[in-house]
Amino acid sequence: MMFIPGNNPAMMQDAFIYRPDSIMLDLEDAVTMAEKDAARLLVHNALKSIDFRGIERVVRINPLSTPYGRKDVEAVIKGGVDVIRMPKTETADEVRELEAEIEKVETKLGCLGRTRIMAAIESAEGICNAYAIAKASKRMMGIALGAEDYTANLKTQRTPGGAELLFARQTIVVAARAAGIDCFDTVFSNLDDMESFRNEVELIHNLGFDGKSIINPRQISIVNEVFAPKAKDIEKARKIIAGIKEAEAKGSGVISVNGKMVDRPVVLRAQRTMELAIASGILTREEAYE
Amino acid sequence: MSSYMERSATVKSVAAAMNKQVFANKIEKSGEFRKEYQMKGSKIATLEDAIIKSGLKDGMTISFHHHFRGGDKVVNMVVGKLAEMGFKNLTIAASSLSDVHAPLIEHIRNGVVTGISTSGLRGELAEEISRGLLKEPVVFRSHGGRGGAVMSGELHIDVAFLGASSCDPAGNASGYSRSENAKSICGALGYAIPDSMMADKVVIITDDLVEYPNIPNAISEDDVDYVVLVDSVGDSSKISSGAIRDTKNPRDILLAQMAAKVIINGGYFQDGFSIQTGSGGASLAAVKYIRESMIEKGIHASYALGGITAHMVKMHEEGLIHRLIDVQSFDRVAAESIKTNLLHKGVGANEYASTAEGSAVHYLDMVILSALEVDVNFNVNVLVGSNGVIRGAVGGHPDTAAESALSIVVCPLMRGRIPCVVKEVTTLVTPGSTVDVIVTEYGIAVNPRRPELAERLRKAGLEIVDIHELQRLAYDYVGEPDPLPFGDKVVGVVLNRDGSVQDVIMNILD
Amino acid sequence: MEIKNAVAGTLESGDIMIQIAPAEKEGLHIDLDSTVAAQFGRQIRAVIEETLTGMGVTDAEIKATDKGARDCTIRARVTAAAVRATGVDVWES
Repeated sequence: MMFIPGNNPAMMQDAFIYRPDSIMLDLEDAVTMAEKDAARLLVHNALKSIDFRGIERVVRINPLSTPYGRKDVEAVIKGGVDVIRMPKTETADEVRELEAEIEKVETKLGCLGRTRIMAAIESAEGICNAYAIAKASKRMMGIALGAEDYTANLKTQRTPGGAELLFARQTIVVAARAAGIDCFDTVFSNLDDMESFRNEVELIHNLGFDGKSIINPRQISIVNEVFAPKAKDIEKARKIIAGIKEAEAKGSGVISVNGKMVDRPVVLRAQRTMELAIASGILTREEAYE
Repeated sequence: MSSYMERSATVKSVAAAMNKQVFANKIEKSGEFRKEYQMKGSKIATLEDAIIKSGLKDGMTISFHHHFRGGDKVVNMVVGKLAEMGFKNLTIAASSLSDVHAPLIEHIRNGVVTGISTSGLRGELAEEISRGLLKEPVVFRSHGGRGGAVMSGELHIDVAFLGASSCDPAGNASGYSRSENAKSICGALGYAIPDSMMADKVVIITDDLVEYPNIPNAISEDDVDYVVLVDSVGDSSKISSGAIRDTKNPRDILLAQMAAKVIINGGYFQDGFSIQTGSGGASLAAVKYIRESMIEKGIHASYALGGITAHMVKMHEEGLIHRLIDVQSFDRVAAESIKTNLLHKGVGANEYASTAEGSAVHYLDMVILSALEVDVNFNVNVLVGSNGVIRGAVGGHPDTAAESALSIVVCPLMRGRIPCVVKEVTTLVTPGSTVDVIVTEYGIAVNPRRPELAERLRKAGLEIVDIHELQRLAYDYVGEPDPLPFGDKVVGVVLNRDGSVQDVIMNILD
Repeated sequence: MEIKNAVAGTLESGDIMIQIAPAEKEGLHIDLDSTVAAQFGRQIRAVIEETLTGMGVTDAEIKATDKGARDCTIRARVTAAAVRATGVDVWES
């Protein structure tokens, strides 16, 4: 998920050439108060006019408690946004408030149910309510960690090892998995330190995150490399998928590979490996399931 | 007849029979220490004396090279002196002209300069010429085309004024200096070499007059008539940049990765391949990925051609590229390398890229080039800007595209609102029949002439798109540009490397 | 419609800065300074006019300094400048 400042037309219009999985246009922290109105119009027009070539379009709006939040919701839904990212989410009620606002606009436009919600959790209270937030709406597609505000709230700061974020990260992964939605890790802002960036991506990949927020296209290839399944995992997955096909053909409920029965979690992991291989561009869909 | 005195009558009669003089024995031998003696050599002259002795007359053609690039002081110095001496109607045959040569505008207005032939034209001078400053059109040639034209005599040079970083009193000149007074360094002197060989008179202008013998030398004393010592031939800081600076521009990195994939999967990435890359951000960055793949696959290159850069030098020193052939060193590292690395060879523009068999481009497997514009017929423009003003250089673009086994042009789909993949290029510089692949950040297009190449790239997992698709995409994003307001005066003629007229540039109106 | 001086947009590459001032005479008067004037000047003027007319602004002096903005950006910047100049927002909320 690549962050783009909402008041920068040049970055907005060709962000998709770098093929991130999603693009997040930011109306919140990246835009000064004096430019909130202009950025909102820019993002609205960009959503309407630019062909993002199937890449998911997320907009981070201002909190509904500010004078900008409701106008942001209206502008981005009218622009046809895929996902609204809600900043500084602390309670499930806030998500429901946003849901109601979205429904109001969608009803008028006749596109009820189109817009999904991602909630960014950026405080201790938000982490305590992570599961409730994740389950707050059927529109919820994911939760994300916002580490800068969170560490400030915790009265600490970010360190290279990330020990201060471990609890929040694990809480978010667990809440997302329990709710059946995706989870995304926070940004890493030092563009000159690609080594530490890679370490952090490896860490959050191992923790179970579905993706990483990035601030520059140069970070994309590292995320893709870390998240891409390894050749031997793909080979293993391929055998399991073949086993599924065989079982289906026989009408059998039991899947076996090399004569051994395969458990359901293993099947799920194999399918996930294949989907990741396709998403990382290692395999085409035909190659994966031939 | 046992003494030579006794044979004098016979000597006289043999001399008469052979139509030769009899030896007069009037040699005056100097006993001076040769270090001081050589500095009184007959070739050493002031600029004014050299001009007078060269026999230069109104209406003649003088030549210059552009190895000092944006730091060049030679052109302005020499033409300034010629104007002061009252010369008129001169034609300048430069290998390229740039921003720094804006003073030529005055000399054109005053009738000192009435003709120009060059490879490139930039800055204010280019702007004025695009609006019709010169009566006669500027003649544009590629580097190889110019080298060939000079060697064949088609482009005749009366007097060549060639800047050099060092020269000895005999005229042995080089693009670097080993003396402690070294002031400028440009490395290879490839664009000066044909001129030094073919011009009627050759004047070397240097800011470091060194002791004989100044070897190894790019220009030979045999070809040199006068040596002029001046304070400075060029501003070093603008001649060549020092360190390698890898691009951080994500678009360039993306283009570089795509170009490298084409190189690696195009079918020519085999042990012993040869390659040329440009100096653009994407081209430089591509070399990084090519290097990684060479190491990984254990592949070595026979030679790199150019336009040598620090990256190429590094790979040569690592043993990945056996030899470097250099017509023009692109940075300080390359300029230093030609001085120190035995297998880094400087060559003349003709040997680099002329149509003659045996020029280095003939054995070139792959080249990565940039472009201002490409069109749906794979034609490339690197000379005239999208606003109709001349702002670039033909360079070695058409030479390398025509002769290489695989020519790759890297070009963004748009620059700002300007589409770079267009229906028809503003000026035809490199014919589409010589361009094999166009790499944009929105997709790779392969010339329909090369279906086997498209197939190889597709098999490697690269997405190949129709060039028309790219052009439509560009126009969808930015709109279709209105036609440029050209007038009906010809301000430039683009010659093909074979000497034929390929396109003309019209004057641009406001 | 009452108009006061207003400005929107930046001078960054890919953007356009729109300055709106009350009209001295009837109609829209656009003073365009663009890096791509030769190829796109006509289209840029058309988008500015169309956007303003659509918002009910029919009399104004407009100074547009363009750095290669695309139509959707021009529309957004003209709308923002017009909203600031008239005080009438385009959103219902």
